[in-house]
Amino acid sequence: MKSNFTSFVRKETLHILRDRRTMLIVLLIPVVLMVLFGFAISTEVNEVRIAVVAPERTDGVREAVERIVRNDSFAFCGYITEDRIDPMLRTGRVDAVAVFAPDYDRRRLQAASGTPQPPLIQLILDASNVNTAGTAAAWLQGVLLGEASPQTLFETRMLFNPRMKSAFNFVPGIMGLIFILVCAMMTSVSIVREKESGTMEVLLVSPVRPFRIILAKMIPYFAISCIVLILILLLARYLLGVPMSGGVAGIFAMSLLYLVLSLALGLLVSTIARTQVAALLISAMVMLLPILMLSGMIFPIENLPRFFQWVSAVVPARWYIDAMRRMMIQGASMADVWVDGAVLLAMAGLLLGVSFRKFNDKLE
Amino acid sequence: MEAIEVKGLSKRFGAVQALDAVTFSVHPGELFGLIGPDGAGKTTLFRLLATLLSPDSGEARVGGCDIVRDYRAIRSRVGYMPGRFSLYGDLTVEENLRFFAALFGVEVEASYDLIAPVYRQIEPFRRRRAAKLSGGMKQKLALSCALIHRPEILFLDEPTTGVDAVSRSEFWEMLDSLRQHGMTILVSTPYMDEASRCDRIALCNEGRVLGIDTPEALVRRFEGRLYAIRADAMFALLAAARRIEGVEACYPFGETHHLVAGADFDMRRLARELGPMPGLHIEPAEATIEDVFIQWMKR
Amino acid sequence: MNEAVISVHELTKRFGDFTAVDRISFEVFRGEIFGFLGANGAGKTTAMRMLCGLSRPTSGCGRVAGCDIVRQSEEIKRHIGYMSQRFSLYDDLTVRENIRLFAGIYGLSRRETGTRSDDLLRRLDFASEGNTLVGALPLGWKQKLAFSIATLHRPEVVFLDEPTGGVDPLTRRQFWEMIYEAAAGGTTLFVTTHYMDEAEYCSRVSIMVDGRIRALDTPAHLKQQYATRSIDELFRLLARGAQRSE
Repeated sequence: MKSNFTSFVRKETLHILRDRRTMLIVLLIPVVLMVLFGFAISTEVNEVRIAVVAPERTDGVREAVERIVRNDSFAFCGYITEDRIDPMLRTGRVDAVAVFAPDYDRRRLQAASGTPQPPLIQLILDASNVNTAGTAAAWLQGVLLGEASPQTLFETRMLFNPRMKSAFNFVPGIMGLIFILVCAMMTSVSIVREKESGTMEVLLVSPVRPFRIILAKMIPYFAISCIVLILILLLARYLLGVPMSGGVAGIFAMSLLYLVLSLALGLLVSTIARTQVAALLISAMVMLLPILMLSGMIFPIENLPRFFQWVSAVVPARWYIDAMRRMMIQGASMADVWVDGAVLLAMAGLLLGVSFRKFNDKLE
Repeated sequence: MEAIEVKGLSKRFGAVQALDAVTFSVHPGELFGLIGPDGAGKTTLFRLLATLLSPDSGEARVGGCDIVRDYRAIRSRVGYMPGRFSLYGDLTVEENLRFFAALFGVEVEASYDLIAPVYRQIEPFRRRRAAKLSGGMKQKLALSCALIHRPEILFLDEPTTGVDAVSRSEFWEMLDSLRQHGMTILVSTPYMDEASRCDRIALCNEGRVLGIDTPEALVRRFEGRLYAIRADAMFALLAAARRIEGVEACYPFGETHHLVAGADFDMRRLARELGPMPGLHIEPAEATIEDVFIQWMKR
Repeated sequence: MNEAVISVHELTKRFGDFTAVDRISFEVFRGEIFGFLGANGAGKTTAMRMLCGLSRPTSGCGRVAGCDIVRQSEEIKRHIGYMSQRFSLYDDLTVRENIRLFAGIYGLSRRETGTRSDDLLRRLDFASEGNTLVGALPLGWKQKLAFSIATLHRPEVVFLDEPTGGVDPLTRRQFWEMIYEAAAGGTTLFVTTHYMDEAEYCSRVSIMVDGRIRALDTPAHLKQQYATRSIDELFRLLARGAQRSE
């Protein structure tokens, strides 16, 4: 029976290869999204507008401000009072505010002579553009103090995006979305297509167990997903410069688990839907919408109303995206994301079990 | 042992009784026809026998195997061609055939002698996508695929529906040659004129079997006298004939109207009652399957 | 009786280098039931589309119900009725809703719609079924209803594309009686069918082979001319020589 299994896989592969348009879309979407984000994320700092709060405009303060004025990367927007900090940043009239301590001159001298000091300058930045804010903060520190100075003299506050959520965060989001698209949506549509065209009847009235037919169907979609996975990871690493410090092996393992889960989800949809249109609609309502809204891809989970936070716990993409973020961006290892892994594993097992049980070798 | 045995088989879908206590049996090597219009329950019956559905009540055996308990055994022994086009349109003729061969774990070459009379006609197009074939050619490919594993019993659900008269008669010739191989064939059709191609037929309507027999014997069971009548004004003739007392039925039939009357009703009386009509022509007619069907439907 | 309602001359339709309909010419007269036969792929559907103003002929000309099929293709649609086996009515609307919908499409006034739909339901013996969903009706009833609705706006010509496919023999005959009645009332009917016995009900039949009309006459004359016993036999005789299919 082995030979007929490979011939099923071959047939399924032919279906996919002959449907060039869909194939192209599946391979193109991730590439286009990644490249788009690649260009959108600018790490260059240009014309950072700075206002200064200084209770006393001492010589030290003046010197520091002078250095800002002379630097091409910065634009000095004048002195402001403390109560203007928030409105100025909020309305976007400045990108950063430097707040000098009242006894700046004296304490700076003490610091230079080696006495430990609490922060002398507080930097408040608009972090809604994460990369700019990070780079700007680093540059500012250098420029304000002239020579290389002990970092401890600064206190940096990022406003509006305190956790410095990076634009890289979209990469795991795209992955969570695209694999559901390829595995769940495309497998369910391809199974339902056989129901619609009547070929399912003939397949069922054959000695082959439906289990094998379904398995053969999943393999090519699984293979495509793996290609897409490699494509995304390569682009993430070399085009966007995502660190991936958590180790590629872990990222792969977690992704494969997610692929299996998506396939199981697709199979489940195919047992419910009778027409391809229905399969697409169910996929869109049950899978795409929750991923976009509830997986943390766009809106942070912690900002959702409590009820939706609970709901989000059953969205597989939430756990996958979380694990990917931590492994790809924050450098977490497999061991650090074991909770995500365990949840995904349990979900995959449950979905596979239910969908195989629900998959009927009759028409009813 | 009978090839197919059906006893009191019933199946209901919601409010529709698709099949209502149907009983019949098919002898080995027989070409058995299920003749009836849409809604007669033919497709439901095929799906039950092909083990795609489970019956509500009653039982059936195919090749000696029970359709509920031994359904796996049945699946490797029957060939099934559903009513709809059931091939992969995006695969070529040859790829379709090879796939179905693999599905049953056989080699195309091993069954070539059996499918050759059918397949040879479409072999010149073997690299063409199945979706691009004509209706008649699609049917031939579907039949080749259903035959690939040399089934003992062949189920053909309306293989000739929507196919033109020429392809239809070619198809029946192919079934005739398959019967020579000793295959048992259960075939359904809505075209009454195809009934005479079968060894025995069951007339079906609204989930029930109206009667089972050879086509010749069924026709002999027609009750009453049948006349073919004709006149220049056919529609007026129909209305006039129906007004006559003692006429059971009158309906258009080909170029004439068929008129059914009791045994005491002779031609002379008919002519007298119809009165003078231009071009009036009356002659006794042989009943056809269609006449029998109409008569039984009215009961 | 000899007024031509449909007349076409050298009508041709080409798709690339494939000639689907090849210089066909014929006339159909008022009150005729014209059987339009042909094997699958002979060009029937293409020819019918041109007559209904849905497709522009490559060359040739024709008039249907007084309208030029090239220049007045929109105007034609108001004078014809069309019914096919595949699409006829909306299953999820009731009988009355379907009637009202099609009456609206053909611009019938509210009063006309009311009287004609009552009349239609009475003639079909459907009065009690006015509020039934069409999807719940038996196939034969649906087809009879579809025909009545296709003639609701009193068209001069009605095109029927395999109207009786899959219908039981009794209902099929009731359907044909409706066709006879419409023809007796002066409507012209243009019918395609796969049932060869139905071809015998027609006033005249044409048989298309490979895009051309190979035979056209009354069923009786045709059988006499080709010495066949039935139209079925004649059809097979002519169509067997066909070079192409679908």
